[in-house]
Amino acid sequence: MSKSIFIDTTICTGCRGCQVACKQWHDLPAEKTKNMGSFQNPQDLSFKTYKLVRMNEEIINGRLEWLFFPDQCRHCIDAPCLETAFDENAIYRDTQTGAVIYTKVTRNLDADEIIGSCPYNIPRKAQDNTLAKCDLCSDRVHNGLKPACVTVCPSGAMQFGDRDRILSIAKKRLGKVKQKFSKAMLLNPEDVNVIYLVGFDPKLYADYAVASSDRGGLSRSVALRKMMGPFTRMMRV
Amino acid sequence: MTNHWIDIKNSDCILIMGSNAAENHPISFKYVTKAMEKGAKLISVDPRFTRTSSKADIYAPLRSGTDIAFLGGMIKYLLDNKLYNKEYTAAYTNAPFIVGKAFEFKDGLFSGYKKNEEGPSLGSYDKSKWAFEMDEKGIPKMDRTLKNKRSVFQLLKAHYSRYDLDKVSKVTGTPKQDLLKVYKTFAATGATGKAGTIMYAMGWTQHTVGTQIIRAMAMIQLLLGNMGVAGGGVNALRGESNVQGSTDHCLLWHIWPGYLKTPRASNTSLDTYNAKWTPRTNDPLSANWWGNYPKYSVSMLKSFFGENARKSNQFGYNWLPKVDDGKAYSWFDIFDAMYKGDVKGFFAWGQNPACSGSNAAKVRKAMENLDWMVNVNIFDNETGSFWKGPGKDPSKIRTEVFMLPAAVSVEKEGSITNSGRWMQWRYQGPKPLGNSRPDGDIIMELGRLLKKEYKTSGGVFQDPILNLKWDYETNGAYDPHKAAKEVNGYFTKDVKVKGKLCKKGTLVPSFAWLQADGSTSSGNWLYCNSYTEKGNMSARRSKKDAPNNIGLYPEFAWCWPVNRRIIYNRASVDPKGRPWDKKDWVIKFAGDQKDGKYVSKKWIGDVPDGGWYPLENPDGSKRKDSKYPFIMRKHGHAQIFGPGRTDGPFPEHYEPLESPVEKNFFSSQRINPAAVVYTTKLDVYATCDPRFPFVGTTYRVSEHWQTGVMTRPQAWLMEMQPDMFVEMSKDLAKLRGIKNGERVNVTSARGTVECTAIVTKRFKPFSVGYATVHQVGVPWHYGWRWPATGKEESANLLTPPAGDPNTRIPETKAFMVNVTKL
Ligand code: SF4
Ligand code: SF4
Repeated sequence: MSKSIFIDTTICTGCRGCQVACKQWHDLPAEKTKNMGSFQNPQDLSFKTYKLVRMNEEIINGRLEWLFFPDQCRHCIDAPCLETAFDENAIYRDTQTGAVIYTKVTRNLDADEIIGSCPYNIPRKAQDNTLAKCDLCSDRVHNGLKPACVTVCPSGAMQFGDRDRILSIAKKRLGKVKQKFSKAMLLNPEDVNVIYLVGFDPKLYADYAVASSDRGGLSRSVALRKMMGPFTRMMRV
Repeated sequence: MTNHWIDIKNSDCILIMGSNAAENHPISFKYVTKAMEKGAKLISVDPRFTRTSSKADIYAPLRSGTDIAFLGGMIKYLLDNKLYNKEYTAAYTNAPFIVGKAFEFKDGLFSGYKKNEEGPSLGSYDKSKWAFEMDEKGIPKMDRTLKNKRSVFQLLKAHYSRYDLDKVSKVTGTPKQDLLKVYKTFAATGATGKAGTIMYAMGWTQHTVGTQIIRAMAMIQLLLGNMGVAGGGVNALRGESNVQGSTDHCLLWHIWPGYLKTPRASNTSLDTYNAKWTPRTNDPLSANWWGNYPKYSVSMLKSFFGENARKSNQFGYNWLPKVDDGKAYSWFDIFDAMYKGDVKGFFAWGQNPACSGSNAAKVRKAMENLDWMVNVNIFDNETGSFWKGPGKDPSKIRTEVFMLPAAVSVEKEGSITNSGRWMQWRYQGPKPLGNSRPDGDIIMELGRLLKKEYKTSGGVFQDPILNLKWDYETNGAYDPHKAAKEVNGYFTKDVKVKGKLCKKGTLVPSFAWLQADGSTSSGNWLYCNSYTEKGNMSARRSKKDAPNNIGLYPEFAWCWPVNRRIIYNRASVDPKGRPWDKKDWVIKFAGDQKDGKYVSKKWIGDVPDGGWYPLENPDGSKRKDSKYPFIMRKHGHAQIFGPGRTDGPFPEHYEPLESPVEKNFFSSQRINPAAVVYTTKLDVYATCDPRFPFVGTTYRVSEHWQTGVMTRPQAWLMEMQPDMFVEMSKDLAKLRGIKNGERVNVTSARGTVECTAIVTKRFKPFSVGYATVHQVGVPWHYGWRWPATGKEESANLLTPPAGDPNTRIPETKAFMVNVTKL
């Protein structure tokens, strides 16, 4: 069974422990940043930043809310990037965790097409077009550990485990959170393995908090390839 | 903390004020979240909306420096609406005590005030004017009905009658409906079985009225019956993992280990010293625990000087330094003396005064007067490199600086004591890098060399150095176990205590065994019980909870005193020994009873604050063999009236040294009449001055630590918070034509710091008096040494030269600034 992460943004304090833990585990270099008039930094995900806590100040129902959204790859159950790449040497699904993994071979793909296929706008390219994003810390998980970001979270906003269990935790939690946040919802819970719970309109947290219809999905040619997918894969073995 | 971190989860209402726990104590939020999951309410009171506020049920803004007005209003609200816990207040606090006729409060001044002509202290009080009235036996007169006009309770009512909503709101800038919401929600914890807690930090302490802010909250907690109970207490979130430990072991000038007093010059002998500082009571129901004072002071001297400490030489009392009566030696005073050229040598050990000291320009200037400085740190910092800092001419500075590279915390073995008083043993991880060494090694060797030097070359007053025991080493290296055992203490001869033979050289089981005759040693009586013949208690890691299941985990680490996890816990039960809170009880009396009387002694749950019988039998008859629960107080009662403080027995609102209002709306005393204000050429300030129209405050962020010595060289943290910044409201930005993200100057009477403007909805102008007051905030994590541009400077270049009269902590949380475009 695939693994899932549950991220409860109603508990997240925006401490960004997860953002640093991710860099530390993956030995990712820091970016040269500048304070742009907010605490959020870097400004966006990048080839060197797989996890980013997005921060937004919004007035909702006459009350100021500071919204934190620890953004990362959702490890979609049907992953458009994987289908678009159609090359298991470049993008494959780790059988043990269900994680969608990018390899160095992504260099040979059409980076913009892959990025464009992601409904959550996650993958980022290096100068040489190699793509990178969250790998669900599958190396850690294979060795019995939880992902770095989940381990470090001090408030308990993140949980990790078998998809069934995590999904049921998420649903139960939603029921409870609704008492306080009537608009609370889970974001695309049936489609992704990184399930967010938000208290307000997801658009307020991040442009692509929910799968966006204006991007992603499969182009016609990809859909065609997908239809032939199992056959080609068999051929390749 | 009177309670501890895990205990926050037992609370029904958490007030976070004077701290920003989500950002600066992130782990605490695990327990805050747990409490909230069970329905607890979270209140955040802060000049700006923080990451803590973002999680709160109620957020209320207040102008920096007006906390006493805010809390005074809460006291009035509790009294007016009879929401205090009458039974608790009457039984356990000094609310029933009758205050002597000499006590008076008039227009901002308590009786006994005298202006000080010389400074730095503005004035002082003759505290004898605040004494209680005594009966013929020498016991304070009490009226448990709380009706007597001169009772603490009635005086309290009169004092805070002035703190009505209108006035409080006018001073604090907090909208009235927000005040009411906070008061109402917190007051609900006065109900029996409910508990409210306060999490505070430097946002409360760093004011000229810092001590009194905390007193005001302690008074609220007493009125609500929140002291001693699970999920209650007065909880200081310490700013470093081991600040609690270092304070316990005498980080501060005015206390010896275990909160014994530093002797004054007038304490000319051990007997005078002990007599002066040992409180006495005539009340048989008062345990007056400090009555044991001589046992602790003598045991400490035995620990320092070993065999050389004998009765005949007053256990070496004369070898210890004395401070001049009436003189202070705080951080402020050290640098004031250094600035005046009175201090020639300086160890900066694990600190960075060039960035952390208030009015840092004076601190940096003072260092130029040093002959030498030893900087013990893991990295070079603005202090060690002060001579090449901004505006300095290295060719003119003759201070010789030595850098001793220190091992980082994980590279050494030893203990830390966290905010919850838990002493936790840590093993060594990796070995120290290069030639860096553990602090213990450095100080051991320093002591050894000093001893050698005094022995061979002589010197003035060699006795203290030569007689120092100084033997906490094994194979030539510092041995943390030996030091920890020394702190616990040994029997120094075979003695019979409590009918038990204790062998010389064995560890003392707990401070109840300590003696004043030299037969025991203990480096710190509060820690006696931490390392016994049963082993190192602080290294325990059992995850078993106590029978009450409230998260005490009594066998995980060790906690002072005697592993009591919640202090004042005998106030968590009624006079008959039954917990007020039946569900989350801390202790309960479980002795046998016969015919309505208790006949055997037994408490269960936490280690009780003394194992005496309860005050009353089940049939309501009073017992003579009991003690009042607040055993550390002379009269056994918690102090709503606090006659021991330097600046008054009741907290009173005064404006900060620098404030935006000309007049204190509560009295004609604008600032704390006992505040400490320094007076050299560099100690300038400007209040209600059009050049500095905005209130400024300093704070921390999650991403950095202290002056940033450990975090600024860390690229991942710098990535998240790269630059010095100033946060301000949209209105203020508009007023000054400042755009979000643009660089600006923040200036106070003392200096200017360049910052990136964060224009945010999280700051809002206050309506104070009849005017609009803007406030801004800056973090104090930066310094010129790193990042390499040298432009990100310390916020303490802005902060004022004034402090609290009780502690002399600087007023870095409220001062006046201007903000201008570059
Ligand atoms: S799961 Fe691992 S790779 Fe993904 S965001 Fe968390 S720490 Fe980073
Ligand atoms: S570590 Fe947890 S609390 Fe902190 S930002 Fe990440 S998800 Fe939020």
